[in-house]
Amino acid sequence: MNKTVYFGLLFVFLVFLQVFVLNNILFLGYVNPYLYITFVFLYPLKKNRFVFLLLSFALGLSIDFFSDSGGIHAFSLVTISYFRLFFIRVFFNKFEVDYPFFKLNLESFGKKFNYIVTLTVLHHFLLFSFANFSFQNMSHVVLNTLYSSAFTLILYFLSIYIFSKKQ
Amino acid sequence: MQQLIYFFQKFKYFLFFLFLQFIALTLIFNNLNFQNSKYINSANALTGGLYSRVSDISDYFSLKATNTQLIEENTLLRNFLNQKTNTSFTVDSIVIDTVKYYQKYTYTSAKIINNSYSKAFNFLTIDKGAIAGLSKEMAVVNAKGIIGFTDNLSPNYGRIQSILNKNTKINARLKNGYFGTLQWNGLDYNTVQLIDIPRQAPVKIGDTIETGGKSAIFPEGILIGKVIEINNDNAVDNVINVKLFNDMSVIGPVYVIKNLQKVEIKRLENSGNE
Repeated sequence: MNKTVYFGLLFVFLVFLQVFVLNNILFLGYVNPYLYITFVFLYPLKKNRFVFLLLSFALGLSIDFFSDSGGIHAFSLVTISYFRLFFIRVFFNKFEVDYPFFKLNLESFGKKFNYIVTLTVLHHFLLFSFANFSFQNMSHVVLNTLYSSAFTLILYFLSIYIFSKKQ
Repeated sequence: MQQLIYFFQKFKYFLFFLFLQFIALTLIFNNLNFQNSKYINSANALTGGLYSRVSDISDYFSLKATNTQLIEENTLLRNFLNQKTNTSFTVDSIVIDTVKYYQKYTYTSAKIINNSYSKAFNFLTIDKGAIAGLSKEMAVVNAKGIIGFTDNLSPNYGRIQSILNKNTKINARLKNGYFGTLQWNGLDYNTVQLIDIPRQAPVKIGDTIETGGKSAIFPEGILIGKVIEINNDNAVDNVINVKLFNDMSVIGPVYVIKNLQKVEIKRLENSGNE
């Protein structure tokens, strides 16, 4: 399939999945998975990052529109989109010349796990800090980050396992 | 000049990143500020329309509970009606105090199409907007008690600032008349906090809390909840925990209350400042 069409459809699919399905889960009253960050993991590495940053911002903002949260999703998603390259350099030791050949599912599971866990926890921590917007209930923020990250990661790895092509 | 161009070349992605973050932060701050939150909200035609489509389907699952609630409310209203006719026809001296409770509110029915209660700043979306005659700062209640007040309106949809929002402050009182401020600490969606109640006020566990009627938004005497915990020790703030009568996680049909004299009250209050 054409790359542009594929990522366009993925964008719309992730927004609808997040807003109409995942936002209503509320496990134990408040734990939600935030699976739309998969966009950051799936979008290919490119030298020109303007389009990617802009798309991340738009994705976060669309979810903010639905969940009445100002710009917290946009803020946290753009942050991990920007720092993605830094973590790729740290965990996979890849540089600009390697970007066209980089495929996340060809990397070893250990490195991939580190990379995805780091970005997920960073995103969730920013998200809940801004959603709380005070230093009062810090324990609440940390707990929320831990539970929701675990939920997101379980769902992410399960869905990767289900939808990946058999070798 | 060369240096400057080189600088922009080198840091163009970082600058773009900062630019996007700046926009996001502006939106976050605006959303927390009641006066400015008009751009990003779920009351616009696209999100409101999608939410009402989804809600049309999911409403079927809660039909039974909604019906029970309506029957309960009807029973309550019929009992009131009977009481009123009985007393006003038989005992002439005991009549409803019309000076205190005379008609100055109109009610509009609406339906919650998007609910949220797990965040620190919760907003709901209803399926009525400016076309139905709603405007900013109108009370939203249901049979069991208060829910919030209207915040932003598009022609067909409205956003409600929930009572479960850390910015919401509502005038509330005990049945015996002592009043304070109701707010929420963002933790448990069943419990809100009543502060600024005078220390000499006789409060007991199980006392009913209702709206005080000292604001132009809420009529007086609307139920809120009951006292479950009193913080009587040496704390500086006299916090009373109140359990809401409403289960905020399952609310369907609501009433929006319009105060017919709000403009007059506001004008009077503002003229005093000059």
